[in-house]
Amino acid sequence: MSVMIRVDGEELHGRDGQTIAGVLLASGQRSWRTAAGAPRGVFCGIGVCQDCLVTVNGVAGVRACQRTAVDGDVVEKESR
Amino acid sequence: MTTVAILGAGPAGLAAAQSALAAGADVVVVDEAERIGGQFWRHHDTLTDRRMQHQWARFERLRALLDPAGTAASAGRVVVHSSASVWRIETGAGIRVHALVGPADAAARQGLTIQADALVIATGAHDRALPVPGWTLPGVVTAGAAQAIAKRDGVAIGRRTVVAGAGPFLLPVASSLALAGGSVVEVVEATRAAALVAGWARAPWRLAGSAPAKAPELWDYVSGLVRRRTPYRTGSAVTRIHGRGRVEAATIQRIDGDWRPIVGTERLVECDAVALGHGFTPRLEAAIQAGCDIRPDRFVAVDQQQATSVAGVYAAGEVTGIAGADAALAEGAVAGFAAAGGDPTDARIRPARLVRRRMHAFAERLKTHDIRPGWKAWLDDDTVICRCETVTRAQIAEYAGASSRGLRLATRAGLGACQGRTCGRTVEELTGVRIGYDARPVLGSVRVGELAAVHAERVDAG
Ligand SMILES: Cc1cc2nc3c(=O)[nH]c(=O)nc-3n(C[C@H](O)[C@H](O)[C@H](O)COP(=O)(O)OP(=O)(O)OC[C@H]3O[C@@H](n4cnc5c(N)ncnc54)[C@H](O)[C@@H]3O)c2cc1C
Ligand code: FES
Repeated sequence: MSVMIRVDGEELHGRDGQTIAGVLLASGQRSWRTAAGAPRGVFCGIGVCQDCLVTVNGVAGVRACQRTAVDGDVVEKESR
Repeated sequence: MTTVAILGAGPAGLAAAQSALAAGADVVVVDEAERIGGQFWRHHDTLTDRRMQHQWARFERLRALLDPAGTAASAGRVVVHSSASVWRIETGAGIRVHALVGPADAAARQGLTIQADALVIATGAHDRALPVPGWTLPGVVTAGAAQAIAKRDGVAIGRRTVVAGAGPFLLPVASSLALAGGSVVEVVEATRAAALVAGWARAPWRLAGSAPAKAPELWDYVSGLVRRRTPYRTGSAVTRIHGRGRVEAATIQRIDGDWRPIVGTERLVECDAVALGHGFTPRLEAAIQAGCDIRPDRFVAVDQQQATSVAGVYAAGEVTGIAGADAALAEGAVAGFAAAGGDPTDARIRPARLVRRRMHAFAERLKTHDIRPGWKAWLDDDTVICRCETVTRAQIAEYAGASSRGLRLATRAGLGACQGRTCGRTVEELTGVRIGYDARPVLGSVRVGELAAVHAERVDAG
């Protein structure tokens, strides 16, 4: 079973049940957020550091490491 | 009938639930994760490689007991709320635990209030990772993150990972990375060999006796390293991480007994990921909000029954001291039993008390890996200390003499999204000012709209 999510328009396929961070990492992506102009990705992996935030289906500030990917999720990278 | 609420479904919370049930109470377990298990038994039913798990049979027994379908012993007396983030605890007149239930950080989660006679706080710990130049590069993660993602998602954080920091936890991390299909270039332990020998090899039969489950587990990891020919460097640290936009290499350097880098010993090692773990920091927010006394060493103060300073509130697991999963299980069992009003002299709780005592001896040995002050010498002026607000060491140094408030307001260190969870202790060590980032008003991120909705519900009901 697999899930497909769209990250900034790009289709990524992951295994059913993976978090959004899991799908991104398994697809070879390391960064999906920008902080003071520099790229960031996952850091704590357990929902504590907030370094992995993305916008999911229009809702900003979702921790990619905590949110299970749902087929068809539209994910956008964030910057601040 | 006594109702015991349990915050956290890791080893401590699960053991607490089991013994509270055994003592005859009703039990409500709350955890923000989608599945119970905490950090030690973090898993997904199809994605997790079972070889990464330890004491899994014990977990399956606990899970079966808490299954709402119900074993005969617990049917109808236990409720588990998962995906439930606790954001507020009231202990004034009666105990109330407030949570939001729904997918992580979703916009319209449901409010949930649990009323209980007693509460067991078992919120665990998170990694402490010391800053190092380059540590904000994508591909640098905490050791726990590498472990969590390997277990939970079945993904290795990198193809070639350097695992660095201090403590025996680096070993399961290296093992999981290999099982998840990555390779570990080196395991880099800051503690020097002589100190390791003094701390661990002295009377190894006592280690086997004090931590019967830990000894074979550790042996597994060590033989895994040998089999895969992964070097285990002691007295060394990753002192710089290099790359453009992502990790490309790390500098590994020898350090002295105080963790000060030894000039001239630098080696550049190619890698695409670095996992850093220098120990753990307790997740104290819930205990602080409940009004529990915190010890000078900044763990929740508990007595022999795991009771905190607040009537009816107990604490167990890594919030009371870093001592591993076995200690968490034992403390949880004692806490749950006492919270349910069980008789402290009851024979059923004696084995847990015994294990607890033994595991505290194991925790003493963990101190072998305590952070030493010399690490500050590997920082540059422009090394980012507070990741959320991109505050550098130089900016923090400028306010070193300021009050805690002055420092926070002027630099914004610790005031970002994570509220000092990642940098708090580090900022304190760099400035010598005790800031107390743990005393945060909310336990986790809550959307303002959700708070408003919860408030509206209350008014309607009242
Ligand atoms: C990322 C990570 C991975 C680890 N992996 C291992 C490992 O593989 N092997 C090993 O031996 N040790 C591991 N450890 C060490 C581990 O902390 C302990 O051995 C053990 O899990 C501690 O048990 P505990 O019950 O005290 O806490 P935990 O297992 O941490 O359980 C605490 C629980 O509380 C929940 N929680 C916290 N705050 C809230 C809140 N506000 N609302 C709702 N729920 C909340 C969490 O979701 C969590 O499930 C890991 C630690 C970390 C930080
Ligand atoms: S990686 Fe820290 S919150 Fe997701």
